[in-house]
Amino acid sequence: MAGPALIELVGLVRTYHVGGTEVKALGGINLTITEGEFVAIMGSSGSGKSTLMNTLGCLDRPDGGTYRLAGTEVAGLDRDALADLRNHTLGFVFQSFNLLSRTSARENVELPLLYAGVGSAERDQRARKALERVGLADRMDHHPNQLSGGQQQRVAIARALVNTPRMILADEPTGNLDTATSIEIMALFQALGREGMTIVLVTHEPDIAVYATRVLTMRDGLIVADRLQEPQQAVASTPPPVAAT
Amino acid sequence: MDPFQTLLVALRALLRNRMRSALTALGIIIGVAAVVAMVAIGEGAKAKVQDAFAALGSNLLILAPGSSLQGGMHGGSGTQPTLTWDDLTAIRTEAPAVLLAAAVLRTNASVISEGQNWWTTVIGSEPEYFQIRSWSASVGRLLEPGDGDGTAKVAVLGETVGRELFGDPAQALGATIRIKGSPYTVIGILTRKGQSPMGQDYDDTVVVPARTFRDKIQGGLARYLSGAVFLGAASPAATRQAQEQVTALLRERHRLAEVDPDDFALRNLTEMAEALQEGQRTIATLLASIAAVSLLVGGIGIMNIMLVSVTERTREIGLRMAVGAKPRHILLQFLLESSLLAFAGGLIGIAFGAAGATWVAWRFGWDIRLDPLVMVGSVGFSAAVGIVFGLYPARKASQLDPIDALRFE
Repeated sequence: MAGPALIELVGLVRTYHVGGTEVKALGGINLTITEGEFVAIMGSSGSGKSTLMNTLGCLDRPDGGTYRLAGTEVAGLDRDALADLRNHTLGFVFQSFNLLSRTSARENVELPLLYAGVGSAERDQRARKALERVGLADRMDHHPNQLSGGQQQRVAIARALVNTPRMILADEPTGNLDTATSIEIMALFQALGREGMTIVLVTHEPDIAVYATRVLTMRDGLIVADRLQEPQQAVASTPPPVAAT
Repeated sequence: MDPFQTLLVALRALLRNRMRSALTALGIIIGVAAVVAMVAIGEGAKAKVQDAFAALGSNLLILAPGSSLQGGMHGGSGTQPTLTWDDLTAIRTEAPAVLLAAAVLRTNASVISEGQNWWTTVIGSEPEYFQIRSWSASVGRLLEPGDGDGTAKVAVLGETVGRELFGDPAQALGATIRIKGSPYTVIGILTRKGQSPMGQDYDDTVVVPARTFRDKIQGGLARYLSGAVFLGAASPAATRQAQEQVTALLRERHRLAEVDPDDFALRNLTEMAEALQEGQRTIATLLASIAAVSLLVGGIGIMNIMLVSVTERTREIGLRMAVGAKPRHILLQFLLESSLLAFAGGLIGIAFGAAGATWVAWRFGWDIRLDPLVMVGSVGFSAAVGIVFGLYPARKASQLDPIDALRFE
């Protein structure tokens, strides 16, 4: 676990102005995440974990401190450069899946490639591969409303993987799923982690955090606990839908 | 992301909401259809006036002798024989803007064939007359320069006269007709010209050489030209020049002092035609403007729906941004959606407009002119409407904050 640093936060501050009062969502965060880590960020709502996630995801810009992602200083980048980072370096997984309705699984997965300027033949091929990777080879042309919640989230994970990112950011990825399905999804994340993918996951469920290799706990915009752990192995009730690559 | 992909994305988004897309496009369809139909009808009316004046003669000026003045009473145009045959010769040689000039003497007389007679207008004129009026022979020939010199007794019949006297106008060729007791050989039949703007039948006429007319049909003082002179200018623009040159020439020849009024009347029919066309153009423009307002309303409809669509799809926009869409991708996508709507609406509108105008033409017998340029223009305009009215919603979409957009409920 001593790979190169993928994320380096130094004194990261983010302040919101709500009705004239200042709310410090992030009060000076120092954090280093190295390549291949599986990090769970925990904390109650309002602890700043979502803001941290958005900042890590280059969706939000900090007011102070520095953020280096894969060696790039993010603070000075414009909207286009941030979009490129999100496109090439990061993959997002959301609580509510955020798939385009009335659009097939394959086309949903192709979306990041579309903005990366990948040609249609290669897009198709890579989307198929990503869907096979998450065990949905037989659901490529299904629309989201024809898929179960777990399957929808796996489409979203395939979409996050398709442009070979350096890191996956998952915001409460199991929040809308039942326990059995949650474990399936965590098994998929763990499988990806074993292949060397860096994963940062926000959750408020301790049951989910046990599958990570490192757990950060946040309170009032600060990291109050940071511990490494031996992860519990997620064993899906159905065989893990991970094809060997 | 190449533009073609963006186009596909926009197209798919529109097809996901077929009914809404169709209703939004309807505003543009009605607008473009109205513009196309109104312009077709307006142009048709204009062309009708133009054709009517073209039938009268191209770039025509009519010169008539002056009015007599006896005891304070004006006798009206042509009552005083002030024009001489020498004037005509002078115009031909000294007014360069006048391309063609022909004396036109006219009277009404009965024309008799073997079995029929017909009361018609008999015109004594010269070969140039047919050129000025752009009139050709359907059968036989027109008057030629030789006919005038020797007082040849030949006649060219209008189609109506040919039909009334001989049944079939073509039968008249070579036959003999009598006017005021003298026999004339029919050498040609004129092509059909139809009605004047005032409803007069152009084809109800017989044309004989001017000298023959003077000698045999209606005499007069040998020096004076007891009729009108038709003048043809080189172009519509040259008619004004011709008017000025002829006026100056005649005033000089008639030795009129600065204060004297003209002792002749010179009317520029091209200017009259242009004035009439101007009126038609005003009406056509007015109609098209009203139609353009409906196109504008259609554009506002597009903006309205695009704003709703942007709000509705906020999360989609957020997601697209999260996976790497740049603001310009989002801007382009929504702009393409609105311009596609407008463009498709424009195409359908053209079809409806053309069909509507054709129906009006068929139902009311109006003249219409479907101008491809207007059609291309109105589709281009409606696409522009789509872009202009799509710009605000598209900009709004592209400027969304990805976090807010993703969290939008």
